[in-house]
Amino acid sequence: MATQHSRSAARIMMAPAVILLLGWMLVPLIMTLLFSFKKYLPMRGGDLGWVGFDNYVRFVSSSAFWPSVSATLIIVGGVLAITIVFGVLLAILLNQPMWGQGVVRILVIAPFFVMPTVSALVWKNMFMDPTNGLFAHLWKFFGAEPISWLSEASMPSIVMIVSWQWLPFATLILLTAIQSLDSEQLEAAEMDGAPPIKRFAFITLPHLSRAITIVLLIQTIFLLAIFAEIFVTTGGAFGTRTLTYLIFQRVLESQNVGLGSAGGVYAIILANIVAIFLMRIVGKNLDA
Amino acid sequence: MGQIKLNQVTKSFGDVQVIPPLDLTIEDGEFTVFVGPSGCGKSTLLRLIAGLEDITSGHIEIDGKDATNVPPAKRGLAMVFQSYALYPHMSVRKNIAFPMRMAGIDEAEQNRRIEGAAKALNLTDYLDRRPGQLSGGQRQRVAIGRAIVREPSAFLFDEPLSNLDAALRVGMRLEISELHKRLATTMIYVTHDQVEAMTMADKIVVLRAGFIEQVGTPLELYHNPRNEFVAGFIGSPKMNLIKGEEAQKHGAATIGIRPEHTDVSKTDGMWKGTVGVAEHLGSDTFIHVHDTGLDSGPGDMVTVRITGDIEAKHGDDIYLTPQLDKLHKFDAQGLRIG
Ligand SMILES: Nc1ncnc2c1ncn2[C@@H]1O[C@H](COP(=O)(O)OP(=O)(O)O)[C@@H](O)[C@H]1O
Ligand SMILES: [Mg+2]
Repeated sequence: MATQHSRSAARIMMAPAVILLLGWMLVPLIMTLLFSFKKYLPMRGGDLGWVGFDNYVRFVSSSAFWPSVSATLIIVGGVLAITIVFGVLLAILLNQPMWGQGVVRILVIAPFFVMPTVSALVWKNMFMDPTNGLFAHLWKFFGAEPISWLSEASMPSIVMIVSWQWLPFATLILLTAIQSLDSEQLEAAEMDGAPPIKRFAFITLPHLSRAITIVLLIQTIFLLAIFAEIFVTTGGAFGTRTLTYLIFQRVLESQNVGLGSAGGVYAIILANIVAIFLMRIVGKNLDA
Repeated sequence: MGQIKLNQVTKSFGDVQVIPPLDLTIEDGEFTVFVGPSGCGKSTLLRLIAGLEDITSGHIEIDGKDATNVPPAKRGLAMVFQSYALYPHMSVRKNIAFPMRMAGIDEAEQNRRIEGAAKALNLTDYLDRRPGQLSGGQRQRVAIGRAIVREPSAFLFDEPLSNLDAALRVGMRLEISELHKRLATTMIYVTHDQVEAMTMADKIVVLRAGFIEQVGTPLELYHNPRNEFVAGFIGSPKMNLIKGEEAQKHGAATIGIRPEHTDVSKTDGMWKGTVGVAEHLGSDTFIHVHDTGLDSGPGDMVTVRITGDIEAKHGDDIYLTPQLDKLHKFDAQGLRIG
């Protein structure tokens, strides 16, 4: 396979795919970069020429910028914490031999197949609606005042919705990892006098560390870009405006493509900082 | 201390009874080997003693106290697993320290015992490595070290050498035997390899399908096997078991003669056959003799063992004479006669 000839043949064969993918990635990236240095208002005069770093300065100095960064990080952090803690617990639970295991596993995985827009709408209207939602009924049943979730507890609500969507993913990865744990190790620990909690802490958790890092990495990448859940529920109000959402507003609501593009570049930088940070951890964890 | 007593112990998995009612006493300080073919319930029996499996009925006594419902950690037994079951993310030191850490033994004492075990097991240079960075034999020693530091009343080994290559196996066999002599602690050792059983045991328990076929010292089993199964299982090469006419001459359904108890001649003898494969080990030679006309299984083959060497080529005629005083006789049920 590795002769000179077969290698160059392989290159030619792969070229269309590589070029397509490269174009797919590079064109939008370059366009974004280009626009970010322009004053470009499609409805109010169109392309108004180069403005240097004006857009970048304006984007950062806008009062909405830092709150949006913190909203992004809170959502990402909150969802990661919840999905990993509950993912580990669910994985342990699902790994126990029990009746109807197959069905339960499918049920647990089901939320992953629901589109974000749909699931957010379901949560918003069926659970969190302050007059007709299930939560409202539950609160009333116990004689409490129903909460209007999406305005009074907007952040926790969104974290909850997104966690619900991502919990199956975390559970699935962690379940496969837990299934590969050698049961003799647990038995050895049991004989060594470790009670269940310590067996979990000293044997199971370290065994899962690799899978946890992978979940952390993959989820972070996707969570940095959540949009539909916010669009459908709060529309960015009540402190739920993430960086992605802010960019969307700048481009589509304020019709300021230049400013939005500068925000996009910031988002790329943020994502890369997080990615490098995570890669470090993963790298350390993966070669152990 | 470390006497273990099983009283009418049974174990079933669902409807399948793996261990039928079984009585066994293992004396304090004894090296007991459970030996038998794969799947005969050796591991299950060991795990019942360890407490890793619940017994279906019966009682287990350890040091004279009923331990039937005592959890594994409280039985004072240490186990060495076939897969070693080392904790992969902990250093060798931490692995060995783990049981002491769980027992809340103070740091200084922990270190003293770790150093002691490491020295005894040649692990001093490896204490800071991870199990993944060790060879099979070293991992085995770490697993033993982890068991030693607990100062248990008995050690349980489940086929501890089966993942090692032949040369290492012989070495580790000696080390474990020496360890037993030094510690004089009860050890129960499970293996399917009768050579390990013969070389290491004070007492061998031969199991078949959960039944105890015979209990005895290695030489008792060698000289006086209680039945055909034990006779065929103990000893290497295997005893020749001959049925039919030849056996009837001796008033038995089956006669058994060990390869080393057969005299070989090129000129005359009781049985005649042709030489098949001859395995020359230098010190002795195993000759597989075919077409003996004896009813001894496929090809009427009989194995003989002679000290030193013999000029025997494939296809040569050869004469065998069993030493009649070393002949084993079995009845139709396979039980020993006389
Ligand atoms: N957890 C279990 N569930 C069902 N059957 C088992 C289980 N463990 C062992 N067995 C059965 O019990 C028998 C004895 O197994 P084992 O004690 O492992 O044999 P050995 O160690 O002598 O090779 C085997 O037939 C095996 O299939
Ligand atoms: Mg076994």
